[in-house]
Amino acid sequence: MTRRLLLLLPLVGFLVLGIFLYLGLSINRFERDSALMAREFPTFELATLEDPERVVDESLLEGEVTLVNVWGEWCPTCKQEMPQLLDLAERGVRLVGVDYKDTRDKGRDFLGTYGNPFEVNIFDPEGTLGFDLGVYGAPETFLVDRDGIIRYHHTGYIRPVDVRETILPEVEKWR
Amino acid sequence: MQTLLIPEIGHFALIIALLMALVQGVMPLAGAATRRPLWMAYARPMATGQFLFLAIAYLCLTASYLLDDFSVANVANNSNSLLPWYYKASAVWGNHEGSVLLWSLILAGWTFAVSHFSRELPRDMLARVLGVMGLVSVGFLAFVLITSNPFTRLLPNLPDDGADLNPLLQDFGLIVHPPMLYMGYVGFSVVFAFAIAALLGGRLDAAWTRWARPWTNIAWAFLTVGIALGSWWAYYELGWGGWWFWDPVENASLLPWLAGTALIHSLAVTEKRGSFKSWTVLLAIMTFSLSLLGTFLVRSGVLTSVHAFANDPSRGLFILALLGITVGLSLVLFALRAPRVSHQVGFNWLSRDALLLINNILLVIITVTVLLGTVYPLLLDALNLGKISVGPPYFNALFVPLTVLLCLFMGLGPLSRWKRMDGRDLFKRSWLSGLVALLIGMAAPLAYGGEWNLKVTLGLVVALWIVLPMARDLWAKTRHSAGRLAGVKRLSLAYWGMVLGHLGVAVTIIGVTVVSNYVIERNVRMGVGDSVQVAGYTFTMTELASRRGPNYLADTALIEVRRGDSRREFVMEPEKRLYLARGMPMTQVALSPGLFRDLYVAMGEELEGDSWAMRLQYKPFVRWLWLGALLMAAGGIMAVADKRYRRTVTVRGPEGAPTARAREATA
Repeated sequence: MTRRLLLLLPLVGFLVLGIFLYLGLSINRFERDSALMAREFPTFELATLEDPERVVDESLLEGEVTLVNVWGEWCPTCKQEMPQLLDLAERGVRLVGVDYKDTRDKGRDFLGTYGNPFEVNIFDPEGTLGFDLGVYGAPETFLVDRDGIIRYHHTGYIRPVDVRETILPEVEKWR
Repeated sequence: MQTLLIPEIGHFALIIALLMALVQGVMPLAGAATRRPLWMAYARPMATGQFLFLAIAYLCLTASYLLDDFSVANVANNSNSLLPWYYKASAVWGNHEGSVLLWSLILAGWTFAVSHFSRELPRDMLARVLGVMGLVSVGFLAFVLITSNPFTRLLPNLPDDGADLNPLLQDFGLIVHPPMLYMGYVGFSVVFAFAIAALLGGRLDAAWTRWARPWTNIAWAFLTVGIALGSWWAYYELGWGGWWFWDPVENASLLPWLAGTALIHSLAVTEKRGSFKSWTVLLAIMTFSLSLLGTFLVRSGVLTSVHAFANDPSRGLFILALLGITVGLSLVLFALRAPRVSHQVGFNWLSRDALLLINNILLVIITVTVLLGTVYPLLLDALNLGKISVGPPYFNALFVPLTVLLCLFMGLGPLSRWKRMDGRDLFKRSWLSGLVALLIGMAAPLAYGGEWNLKVTLGLVVALWIVLPMARDLWAKTRHSAGRLAGVKRLSLAYWGMVLGHLGVAVTIIGVTVVSNYVIERNVRMGVGDSVQVAGYTFTMTELASRRGPNYLADTALIEVRRGDSRREFVMEPEKRLYLARGMPMTQVALSPGLFRDLYVAMGEELEGDSWAMRLQYKPFVRWLWLGALLMAAGGIMAVADKRYRRTVTVRGPEGAPTARAREATA
């Protein structure tokens, strides 16, 4: 009998491990979101794409709920995303672009060809702001509330369904 | 280019494969339980069919990559029209969906191989083995189809071009590392299936271990090579020059390897001596469970790591359920069916049996230590005790001493005899080797580094202690009246496999010891014309250039390297690349490899005034790490080639115990 109970030990050990793995699965999911959501937008001081003389900083984002979109001329997916961003701009959402690891000429050409939904574009040729934002690749989009706190993070391309199902509801939520 | 049907054919083939796996999982097991030969006969054709249809599905996905079909979401997210064709083909497994598909294909491949090469197995045993593998396959194929379908289309708005493969993965290392690793992971499903079949059939004799041994060795060899490739890839591709980081995902591959190493030894004891029966079954379950756990850790994203692909929580839950069902059911079965009466064959405390028992205990302790370190952050987090990460100090503090201890017993293993042996005899055979190992170990750091170093001595003594007694034993064993060559021929391939495997461990230990203690690393600022000396080599930057690759832009530095006053010089070309599609910078290391030293040059950040931060490293004996792993794998394969596994063993009758001949072959 004792031996039979001993044989159950591996099962018990595994069940305990399984419970922790299950908890880990649910906890980390929550943590990952909140870690990004609560963060203040990183400080920066960069010229705009439109005007090399005009230098902007993080106060640019305060006062109104803003979508910050990281893009680049070299990024094919960004071209796919532009119609959705133009759609958002038409619906009255304030958009600020970050032209990431790009040249001025190419960035301007891009906006000329695909349209410009952005109120202003922060020019980030060295990728310093992108680095502080933890950008992995373009496009990525951050929702910043009126106090300059990041409230939502969208990795990758915003699909047409995302505009209706996630982006607009999030914008409304923080307005 | 958009293809009309290829992804749909692939999707359809995947569904057919799932249905076949279902039949393969249910019918033969039910047939074996109710003794219906017709039902059992489903196993083999279904295994073949499942493999065929998964191969079709896999080829369809590969075709979509090669044809740049960006209407397939998986292709659009992980490939790019500028990517060279070989990276397009390997990008298939550079992402979650494709790699789970590869996992399933390899499982079907192993199943097919078992069904093909195990014709001499009793019918009910084969039915159960294939049935169990079929059920595992059902789980994974359902996982692919329900949560991770690689054939999903992006319609109607399809992108012009893909987002490109993560630049870290655009490398030869990626082409070979994951398939090797998966061959190992998944290969352990065979020994698992054999153990479960033995439990189900109630036949826990030595026979199943004899059948399972070759499969286990091959899987273990693949896993060994896979881990070594991963380490080598991290060494030159991640740009840090480290070769092991105790990253959760590295640990996830090390865990089944450690358990598998224990398993191949305990299988030997069970086969030869008929003891350790329950233990071997448990280890077989444990090894495959750890493979599944590894898959869970990588795929679910519960632990953060460089390997974590974009994660979806529902996937994590699905794999956890899969893990829970597979391992939970197996352990319940184990608790119910493991041999009731322990009729262990007696052995003396000084015997090969005892040494292998110690080997197993130590390896399991090491496995548990690594497992705890890996999941500890998760445990604390779940108990709300804060977020921490367990770093290399923990692992080194426990792993190194336990390994040293393991190696001390390992040196005696090959000399020892089964059942019992005379202590004086063992001493006679090993004292000289021990003394020589000790002397060389003490002297070598003085000769090499100029000063004594305890860690180096310890590492070298342990490595020599593995090799020297074995070499002496080999010398004694090959003594033969017809000359030494005849003596060499007399030894079995299984024995040579053991020798190679142990030699490999020693070689790896030497590599680890030397490179960890004698690495020279300098971080310097270099512009054109600057010279730096490292370990007797002069590095001179002669040129800075920019060039364009197929899908990236690169800054290249030309570094002339000269050893001492030698006239000969060679050029190293480290690069900093910017991959265009993702805008991701990558460091491309320049390596000058050698058996006794690597030179390693990496470009860091660009500094003002046309100069760069450069990282120069001199890494002695680093190749030995991987060379040792290759020797271990070669040993594992060589043991399989032993002729006793090729001898046909006839076992008759559905319930028949192994016949006298089978027993003879296992003796």
